Amino acid sequence: MGAHLPILPTLLALAGALLVPIAALAGRRAAEGVAVVAAGAAGLAALAGVAEVAGGGVRRYAVAGWPAPWGIELVLDPLSAFTSAAIACVAAVALAGAGPAARAAFGGAAPRFYALALVVLTGLLGITVSGDLFNVFVFLEISSIAGYALVASGAAPALAAGFRYLVLGTVGASFYLLGVGLLYALTGTLNMGDLAARLPAVSASPLFAGGVGFIVVGLAIKIALFPLHGWLPDAYTHAPPPVAALLPAVATKAPAYALARTLLYVIRPDELPVATALAWAGAGAVVAGGLFALRQTDARRLLAYSSVSQMGYIVLGVGLANGAALTGAYLHVLNHAVMKASLFLALGALLLDARGPSLSALSLASRRPLIGGCMVVAALSMVGVPPAAGFFSKWYLLQGAIEAGQPVLVAAILLGSLLAAVYMYRLTEAVWFGPEDARAAGGRAEAAPAVLAALLVLAVATLGVGLGNAVIVDRLLAPAATATATAR
Amino acid sequence: MEVASPLPAAALVPAAAAVALIVLSRRRPPLREAWSVLAAAAQTALVAAMIPAVSAGARPTWEGPALVPGVPVLLRADALGILFAALASGLWLVTTVYSIGYVRALAEPRQTRYFACFALCLFATVGLALAGNLLTFFGFFEILTVAAYPLVVHKGTEEAARAGRIYLLYTLTGGTALLGAVAWTAALAGTLDFRPGGILPAGAAPAALWGLFILFVVGCGVKAAVVPLHTWLPLAMIAPTPVSALLHAVAVVKAGVFGVVRVVGFVFGPGLLGDMGAAGLLAGLALATILLASLVALAQDNLKRLLAFSTISQLSYVILGVALGTETGFAGGVLHIASHALLKITLFFCAGAIYVTAHVERISDMGGIGRRMPLTMGAFAAAAFMLAGLPPGAGFTSKWRLLEGAAQGGAWLAVLVLLASVVLNVAYFTPVIVRAFAGPAAPGRAEAPASLLVPLLLTAAGGLALGLVPDGVLPALSLAQAIARSVSGP
Repeated sequence: MGAHLPILPTLLALAGALLVPIAALAGRRAAEGVAVVAAGAAGLAALAGVAEVAGGGVRRYAVAGWPAPWGIELVLDPLSAFTSAAIACVAAVALAGAGPAARAAFGGAAPRFYALALVVLTGLLGITVSGDLFNVFVFLEISSIAGYALVASGAAPALAAGFRYLVLGTVGASFYLLGVGLLYALTGTLNMGDLAARLPAVSASPLFAGGVGFIVVGLAIKIALFPLHGWLPDAYTHAPPPVAALLPAVATKAPAYALARTLLYVIRPDELPVATALAWAGAGAVVAGGLFALRQTDARRLLAYSSVSQMGYIVLGVGLANGAALTGAYLHVLNHAVMKASLFLALGALLLDARGPSLSALSLASRRPLIGGCMVVAALSMVGVPPAAGFFSKWYLLQGAIEAGQPVLVAAILLGSLLAAVYMYRLTEAVWFGPEDARAAGGRAEAAPAVLAALLVLAVATLGVGLGNAVIVDRLLAPAATATATAR
Repeated sequence: MEVASPLPAAALVPAAAAVALIVLSRRRPPLREAWSVLAAAAQTALVAAMIPAVSAGARPTWEGPALVPGVPVLLRADALGILFAALASGLWLVTTVYSIGYVRALAEPRQTRYFACFALCLFATVGLALAGNLLTFFGFFEILTVAAYPLVVHKGTEEAARAGRIYLLYTLTGGTALLGAVAWTAALAGTLDFRPGGILPAGAAPAALWGLFILFVVGCGVKAAVVPLHTWLPLAMIAPTPVSALLHAVAVVKAGVFGVVRVVGFVFGPGLLGDMGAAGLLAGLALATILLASLVALAQDNLKRLLAFSTISQLSYVILGVALGTETGFAGGVLHIASHALLKITLFFCAGAIYVTAHVERISDMGGIGRRMPLTMGAFAAAAFMLAGLPPGAGFTSKWRLLEGAAQGGAWLAVLVLLASVVLNVAYFTPVIVRAFAGPAAPGRAEAPASLLVPLLLTAAGGLALGLVPDGVLPALSLAQAIARSVSGP
């Protein structure tokens, strides 16, 4: 079993996706149960993978026994183990909490949601362990296509948003594939390790620069890096609430991981200005996303633009590429996943009987202190108030930016926090202090137990990751970050 | 000398536990209030238990788990920390008794949230008092910012919501600046530990030091309400009076000033600050704040707003003291933290007692109130004059040392402003007192309930005691002198 740990989470998610339609024959509840168990099992398997490589080990896995470079190689190292555990665990909690919203949004068709959600998860987990660039593309498309379907499964505006997501997502994937093709033409290999060894010899070629450019831009679209974020706000605003609890939390994280992996482990851009450019683009996204979020009156769109800003932090850290900055970027993958899942889950629960998604229509928390409280914890993490987890990723990013001697990036990180304080304040104030609504006053006191349990788990995780971040950093992130930071 | 001890951590437990217990017993008000009193008493006892050791020169230290690799949660009871923690917990006990009387008399809504946030504020205040490194300090500083917000917006009116928004905008902006300063300090000094005399290398680039200095001043200055970062404070007077009392005396506002003292004494060091010329700027800011806030206070008709501007002015005495660069001045500044805490809380208690009993907030409506409430207004008058600096009160003890320190340092402008400010203090308090006692008397005597009256008489007596025997109940003077000695170095 231990030897199969690299592939296990992906396989469990895939098995769940296949079993859900069968379980659906026995009823909606059974399908829901299978999905949550499969995602939970994937999470546990990913955590076992973390335990396996904590401290700096690497496990290579040849799929079906075919060795690299001919076969498909999967690699489990601290970075991939951490990312897949973050994605799988948050997705499992989000799926467990999405039940009531899924029933409300899809009714009898809820099993389809669970099956597609597990396909998304399969793709995302596959990206994190892929040892070659082409498989990253395959898994990226598996997760994206299921994601387009999930977004489009809502009411009329969702269809348009899903189509837009599909078009832009496909452009991104094509760019990425084009870039990979160019590198393949240069080197004759797709394996990340082989590429890393052969690329330095051909780095003078214009094809190399072109390949890197296409890969970076393609992944940037998938990450929704400003100004390539066009698909994200509509997709996350109009996606049905159960989809919104899942996709914003995890969907952009795997491409961000792919960017870090390609840039730092494969391309190692000593000569190219691409890393610096990414750092500045990330800073731009932090500020621009925050400014956009400030202006929103729709709570869902506010959270969507907040994602644009928060993904900027991750790209900024990857671009700076020193030990502290990478630590911050990696940690923020987990932190942002936890807080975004929490916020969208809570919002979904409130929207079940709010008048509408606009800030002025949310006014329910005084009757639902637990949901409101969990939102506050997530909001504090977003702003970066210690000991919530969000503070610590920003702390490492700040250290990295200072170390790199980039005062403007330092200012952008701080400004992003301040903007987050204002837009999260608007949301929390609307929820806690908005005028009491007659309809809400007659509604249920709190959300369904499943939603509450998921929210509490995420709130505890926010504080737990914050207080325990030194362990995660020492055992997983610092080894991963320093390995690539010093290799450059 | 550092001694490992669980006491600094234990001192944080009562308030943290109280938050949970208060929420759990929300349906049983007497129990809920009992938890508040118990927690405050336990916190006071635990802090008091450390005072003898600290007075003898030891520093009880507790090192917790790592916050980030290499920087632990560090709680260390040094002389400055224990002085502030003792003031905070002792006055929390008094304020809790007062609060119970106040919210009962006015039948305030949302009392559970009120008492829980109060406990959380005190948890954060004692935490930042005892914080042994900048990152621990920053954590508690930010928790305090957030915990005080529900208290500011307690009334639930649109005016309160606006005050709360402005409060958060100011304090979180300050917090962001402080975060930048802390992160930069880590890079520049290689440590975040508070050490008497400072940690920043004197050889660092002047531009970097000045940048850091400005970030720190903005970071702590917002909470300390240094002009021009003070706008939020008069607006926050919308909060219930016991909240204002405690926030001015020991929690939010005082935490900002405490932060300035920590930064001057333990991050920069008075020596480095003087060498780079920043001490002069800081002193100038403090002098301007003292004068401007006193002048604005002259024009106030709302009693709580007058007290707010008085706080803005008085807090800058502390900042002036640590910026003077002399040991006596530093001791005077630190001692003024204690003086102002005792006296300002008395003044706010009086304002609250008047509001509960007579339902007036404006000074122009307070004619003759002193004849109806002679004890309350007597305490008010005594505290006001002691705060102004008239002997033999607590204000005199600290201001005298400030004057002495300014004179030693040859800061004649500071001497002048300090003297002028005494006159201004008397000038803005006298009309209140004259009107209260000389105005047309309403019939009958009607003092506030005992739960309001006893605390305010106690704190007023405390203010007098601090003036007469500065090392009486709390060895405030010797602690302040020990701090000043340690940061001034050999």
